[in-house]
Amino acid sequence: MKRKKKTNWKGAIPIYCMMLPGILYLLINNYAPMFGLVIAFKRIDWNKGILGSDWAGFNNFRYLFTSSEAWTMTRNTVLYNLAFIIIGTVAAVAVAILLNEITSRFSSRLYQTLILLPYMISWVIVSYLVFAFLSADTGMVNQGILSPLGKEPIVWYQEKKYWPFILVFVHLWKSVGFSMVIYLSSIVGISRDYYEAARIDGARKWKQIRYITLPLLKPTVITLLIMNIGSIFYSDFGLFYQVPRNAGALFDVTQTIDTYVYNALMQQGNISLSAAAGFYQSIVGFVLVVAANAVVRRYSRESALF
Amino acid sequence: MIGKSEKRIRLIAHIVLIIMSLLALLPFLLLIAASMTDEKVALVEGFRFIPGAFSLEAYQYIMKQSTMIFRAYGITIFTTLVGTGIGLTITSLLGYGLTKDIPGKRFFNFFVVFTMLFNGGLVPTYLIYTKYLHVTNTIWALIVPSLLLNAFQVMLVRNYFATSIPESLLESAKLDGAGEMAIFQKIVLPLSKPILATVGLMMALAYWNNWTNGLYYLDDPKLYSIQNVLNAINNNIAALTSMAGTGLYVNKSEIPTLTARMAIAVLGILPMLCIYPFFQRYFVKGITLGAVKG
Repeated sequence: MKRKKKTNWKGAIPIYCMMLPGILYLLINNYAPMFGLVIAFKRIDWNKGILGSDWAGFNNFRYLFTSSEAWTMTRNTVLYNLAFIIIGTVAAVAVAILLNEITSRFSSRLYQTLILLPYMISWVIVSYLVFAFLSADTGMVNQGILSPLGKEPIVWYQEKKYWPFILVFVHLWKSVGFSMVIYLSSIVGISRDYYEAARIDGARKWKQIRYITLPLLKPTVITLLIMNIGSIFYSDFGLFYQVPRNAGALFDVTQTIDTYVYNALMQQGNISLSAAAGFYQSIVGFVLVVAANAVVRRYSRESALF
Repeated sequence: MIGKSEKRIRLIAHIVLIIMSLLALLPFLLLIAASMTDEKVALVEGFRFIPGAFSLEAYQYIMKQSTMIFRAYGITIFTTLVGTGIGLTITSLLGYGLTKDIPGKRFFNFFVVFTMLFNGGLVPTYLIYTKYLHVTNTIWALIVPSLLLNAFQVMLVRNYFATSIPESLLESAKLDGAGEMAIFQKIVLPLSKPILATVGLMMALAYWNNWTNGLYYLDDPKLYSIQNVLNAINNNIAALTSMAGTGLYVNKSEIPTLTARMAIAVLGILPMLCIYPFFQRYFVKGITLGAVKG
């Protein structure tokens, strides 16, 4: 027994060496920032360094949560995510089911390629695409649609009321292909025998979808739903920063925790506030992810992260 | 009768999917059309799917002022190649190690997975990279932070190694006296081409599209990737003229800023648009693998 353990250690050394670069990277890129979260409780003084700075207790958090922004960014983050989850799931499942009905391989692949295309580009490019439509002076919507109809042009980047719809639409546009691919692979995995049997029984297509495809898709849908709810405290920085072009007039409906942290850190140079907001996101986000995982684990063990 | 219901739903499917495909494609067409519109016409009648007056002036302008764009292109290509190369190497090495029965196996697996559950966020990450590692205004700023390796891809590779490479093959190589590194290079990697291609493409896409690293860690336009150039122009149209210099244009107001920015965006997605249809199935595979294995 003892000898076996000894050889194990020796044989393990080359393996440890192989793992070393990856482990070191995770230590620097992921673990060091976790410990760096303590700065949320510090009054940062660069002459003393992060660890040497004076403790500020909960002062940074008091600042943050007495401002109205704390509520706005939390509300925006959570509500947008809820809208994305609900509308996104329905749209992706519907598209996947329809795509599964296409028998021609060529058309099916063409549709899939095109619908997935927006997923492949960066948020910077997306902001250019949106700008081509919404620019006040030269945008396609003002010049090509509203003006021929005799309507007043809209200064899109200053009008708050449109942005919840624009952001939900743009998110859907970019991500529906991605989720559709996941659901489609799950549908393709359903045994043909079920449909064969249903056809012999005379069930029409709608009934087959209603009573075979949807019920068998349910586990995938529920797993992804819970996972998405687990990350409800995180927002896509690119969507909320690039698409509204970080316009201050829109912050009330476009500011999420991620854009707030960025703006507080980079634009205002306020480390205390951004660190407090980041800490808030990390901790609540962690609790939600772990809770979601615990639920998924109960539901379907192999889909859980741990 | 059943045939009829099937035909009807297929027709509906085609109609809906054609609309969806057009919705996905139209913004790109508008961008391309905008980049090929005559600057003066664009100022008057805006961007249209069919330009009132066709002109390639924006592209000519970029070609004449090519230094900035070509440089940014070069930086994007360099960071994508180097980042994907290093990233794929350390990801597969770590993934391979995690399949081995070594002391601390459970700890190392947890060590990797935990990074998917909890992270320090932007502020501490930013401070560590700028105050301690001094990546600001170096090429490493575009390669190292957050992109080089992620736990999710390590687990994808690990799962592939664990399930698709026969244990007996590794055992016999070991009996022949091959070292771990030789086994990894000569047996494991050649047998894992599908997953390495999938993960490598996902990494390359992330590098090509990344604009946040440049936003956080660069203020020197000389190091800007194509995405950073686009982002800078987005924030401030003057960046276009200042980065390019006046050069051939005596009068700065003659520079076609409106259409040139659209043309740069077109150049930014062009390589992706050309490559994507051929590699589409790898991307699809990457997405589905991720969803199932988490």
